[in-house]
Amino acid sequence: MDLKDLYRDVILDHNKRPRNFGVLAPPAIGAKGHNPLCGDQLTVYVDLDHGVIRDVKFEGSGCAISVASASLMTEAVKGLTADAFTELHTRVHDVLTRHDAEIPTDLGKLAALGGVREYPARVKCASLSWRTLEAALAGAHAVTTE
Amino acid sequence: MNPSPPYDLTAVRADFPILARPIRGKPLVYLDNGASSQRPMAVIEAERRYAMETHANVHRGVHTLSQRATDAFEGARERVRRFLNARSTREIIFTRGTTEAVNLVAQSYARPRLQPGDEILVTRLEHHANIVPWQLVCAATGARLVVVPINERGEVDPEDVRRLLSPRTRLLGIAHVSNALGTVLPVAEMISIAHAAGVPVLVDGAQAVPHMRIDVQALDADFYVFSGHKLYGPDGIGILYGREALLAAMPPWQGGGDMILHVSFEGTTYNELPYKFEAGTPHISGAVGLAAAIDYVDTIGLDKIGAWESTLLAHAHARLGAIEGLRIIGTAAHKAGLVSFVVEGVHPHDLGTILDEEGVAIRTGHHCAMPAIEFFKVPATARASFGLYTTLEEIDRLGQAIETARTLFC
Repeated sequence: MDLKDLYRDVILDHNKRPRNFGVLAPPAIGAKGHNPLCGDQLTVYVDLDHGVIRDVKFEGSGCAISVASASLMTEAVKGLTADAFTELHTRVHDVLTRHDAEIPTDLGKLAALGGVREYPARVKCASLSWRTLEAALAGAHAVTTE
Repeated sequence: MNPSPPYDLTAVRADFPILARPIRGKPLVYLDNGASSQRPMAVIEAERRYAMETHANVHRGVHTLSQRATDAFEGARERVRRFLNARSTREIIFTRGTTEAVNLVAQSYARPRLQPGDEILVTRLEHHANIVPWQLVCAATGARLVVVPINERGEVDPEDVRRLLSPRTRLLGIAHVSNALGTVLPVAEMISIAHAAGVPVLVDGAQAVPHMRIDVQALDADFYVFSGHKLYGPDGIGILYGREALLAAMPPWQGGGDMILHVSFEGTTYNELPYKFEAGTPHISGAVGLAAAIDYVDTIGLDKIGAWESTLLAHAHARLGAIEGLRIIGTAAHKAGLVSFVVEGVHPHDLGTILDEEGVAIRTGHHCAMPAIEFFKVPATARASFGLYTTLEEIDRLGQAIETARTLFC
């Protein structure tokens, strides 16, 4: 296993320069995510327009995997309906956890999260932002990985 | 030049089979002893031999094996008594670990005594195991938890204990060594200050026992608790030392077999100390393994182990301190063998993964001491904690691995 497989350039870049980092004012919905094991904490804000994700931002602190995953997510989900988000979330979850699954070719930059599957302790880091956005869309305001 | 170890480090390392196991194709550098230490063959063999030759239930049968098992179990209790220099084996209670021992004191000593407005005093650097059990009894009784502060080096000033003791203080709970920062607390002085105010003291010795000789009489501790698995012994076994007069006045915590003299539906008579606090079949093989671990560290000598770990600590502070962007969290004048740190630009969790790739095992996170870590305004730290088998070269490998991580991220 090569560390560069986990920490690919895309991951390092999004960790260093996270996209869509910041706050959205109400009526955007915010939800907090917390990974008590490692102290990662982030808030995801989502602005919905007739059920479509018009804008999404996040803020907080965490490891490179959790920050990069959040940043990549914000780029990937704009314009999606809640249902389309759920479908994408499921596919990303498979990429993160299923050793036998092929990494789909149409996932774009999100495929860079594929290295996480070799590091089971890090799956929670990568999934925190996704679960937090899911909670925001469901109207819940806090999620924890424990 | 660094001094050489005061015992044969190569021979000692050969006693620990796991140290020869490669991790991710590299020699293991095990620096997570603060979470759990590794076991020497002497401990593994003692447990194996007990299972193969001696096992039966204790304090029950007239048959030979039951008697032998009882002898082994009670022999282990005597070994622990001698290790702590307690007055009597009646003061040595076997528990599952440090956490269970603190909970026993919280539920059986503190809870029946606490009135609304009473206070339990703890320090800011405690492990959650010496915070949450007190929060539970406070919530149940209307008592409150009062916190002794720490300074920016991670030290506790005994004068703050004196200042915060009040007529309502019912107990002081303190770590002997901080698991998150490595600080060695001036427990003898703190105990004497608390006793002058008539307040008993529980000392969480989980991180102290592997590094220094403990004498509960010299410390004048009322309760002293520790775990076997941080002392090169088995997991699932720990010790509550309690002053006999206090234990005698406490009600049992859990009920069941072995802790009774007579049971009827009209009323039950409890067994004498220490059995009153040991309901059910105990972890007999764990006690045997713990005694073997104590024999092992005593044969090397805790004074020598402590001296070597001081050398390791000084080397680690120098080696890690020279790394650009690295900040050591916890710089107390008196520290035991661990270094908590953060590296600018590299989250501790990433650091843990990268170091593991190099075969270096460390702990990352809040170390079950969130209030202590939050004091330093960091979400988490990386922690390298040493053991009697740690070498200077291993600390150098830690340093190199941190530099590798910086190259990747910075």
